[in-house]
Amino acid sequence: MKFVEDLKADVTTDIVYMMCPMHLLKLEEKIRELDDGQILEIMTDYDGALEDIPGWCEKTGNEFLGIKETEDFYKFYIRKKVRKQ
Amino acid sequence: MRKCYFDHVATNPLDSRVLDEMMPYFKEEFGNPLSMYELGSKAKEAIDNARGQVASLIGSKASEIVFTASGAEANNFALRGIALARQNEGKHAIVSKMEHHSILNSARFLEKMGFVVTYLPVDKHGVVDPDTVKKAIIKETTLISVTHASSEVGTIEPIKEIAAIAREKKIIFHTDAVATAGNIPIDIKDLGVDLLSMAAHQFYGPKGAGALYVREGLRIVPLIYGGIQENGRRAGTENVPAIAGMGKAAELAVNEMNSRIEHGRRLRDKLLKIKSSAENVHLTGHPENRLPGHASFCVEFIEGEAMLLLLSAKGVYAASGSACSSKALKASPVLLSMGIPSGLAQGSIVFTLGKDNTDDDIEYLLAEFPQVIKRLREISPYGKGWGIEGEGGQCTVQK
Repeated sequence: MKFVEDLKADVTTDIVYMMCPMHLLKLEEKIRELDDGQILEIMTDYDGALEDIPGWCEKTGNEFLGIKETEDFYKFYIRKKVRKQ
Repeated sequence: MRKCYFDHVATNPLDSRVLDEMMPYFKEEFGNPLSMYELGSKAKEAIDNARGQVASLIGSKASEIVFTASGAEANNFALRGIALARQNEGKHAIVSKMEHHSILNSARFLEKMGFVVTYLPVDKHGVVDPDTVKKAIIKETTLISVTHASSEVGTIEPIKEIAAIAREKKIIFHTDAVATAGNIPIDIKDLGVDLLSMAAHQFYGPKGAGALYVREGLRIVPLIYGGIQENGRRAGTENVPAIAGMGKAAELAVNEMNSRIEHGRRLRDKLLKIKSSAENVHLTGHPENRLPGHASFCVEFIEGEAMLLLLSAKGVYAASGSACSSKALKASPVLLSMGIPSGLAQGSIVFTLGKDNTDDDIEYLLAEFPQVIKRLREISPYGKGWGIEGEGGQCTVQK
């Protein structure tokens, strides 16, 4: 797992305590709203996201930048893929 | 025989316009809102529409409404959900002694889990003094819950003032608005609360539908785990007919609020003449700042249950204490917390009026009730008074 520090996100979404698979639904919804190359931060306490989010990024071509752990939850950082002109 | 329903805090009859709104979702539009095909999307549309209607009732965003199966579930969800979500910041909660059992028993559950709960006292009218809230706050306090109005004595609490105190201390504030939502105007921004519970059957909607307003950005631990219904906050396939009905009931309440309030107040004021038609009948709750159609009394020297039975034989349906206390046949903790002696609290009777009650209903009650009191006092061992002080008899009323 990649750990990151001091990464500045363009958009943050807090889904702590929301049930699985909200982490994937929100991820999809928020990435759609971002501009190419922008960074999304997702806060979740769901352990399964440690596998699901990197896996989703690989499948969709978005860049998984890493996570940051806090006492109660994780922060995931994802950069939206830049589409070819 | 005439039938007069005066127990609108127990539940309301379903408005026929609400039933019309619900019927398609029992029959042809039976889909699961999560299904991708048209049947599913029709059901989802009904829920989205209802969410907007309920949000309009309290002036919130639609996304801040979480549907539940009852007001009690909304109260459980709020108390446990916030206490657990914030337990790393502190394990102290504050609730008032006026709360419904769904708050008090949730608070007791938290105590068993290692939380500390302070139970706020009330004055003789059942009002929570905001200063007592201020004094009860400690560093570990993460949650305060005070009811918007007591269904038992009708008193409306100073929620705006208490919410301001909580906000200043960065403490989450919940109010149980089951007795008020749909019955008196609520503007969530003006009240300043973080969470608010509602129940559809208290404003002519169906049973089995409630909602919790959760301020945007607030973290809350779910009460029911499962799927992604209600934005991942409350699992279980939605009760689509009931939710659609709650939405319609909310819309009707918004449109008819002023006339319902005026009607309830006028009939209630007429009903208050009971006090002068029989001796030793005392109004409970706040004399002015109370729910519009709410009249509650303690009648000396007789028991509430006996009054209910005799009134019921005359086609008059009322309550004695809260619906739950009434079944338990014990003095209401709410009345006791207001300093009403237990003997007198046994003589509690509550009349709550609705939009379909008429002047004739009140006239009938005013004619029948004094006879019921007279008859019961004739056969009561305390019929001529509470007896000798010191032998279980002395009983005084706070004036």
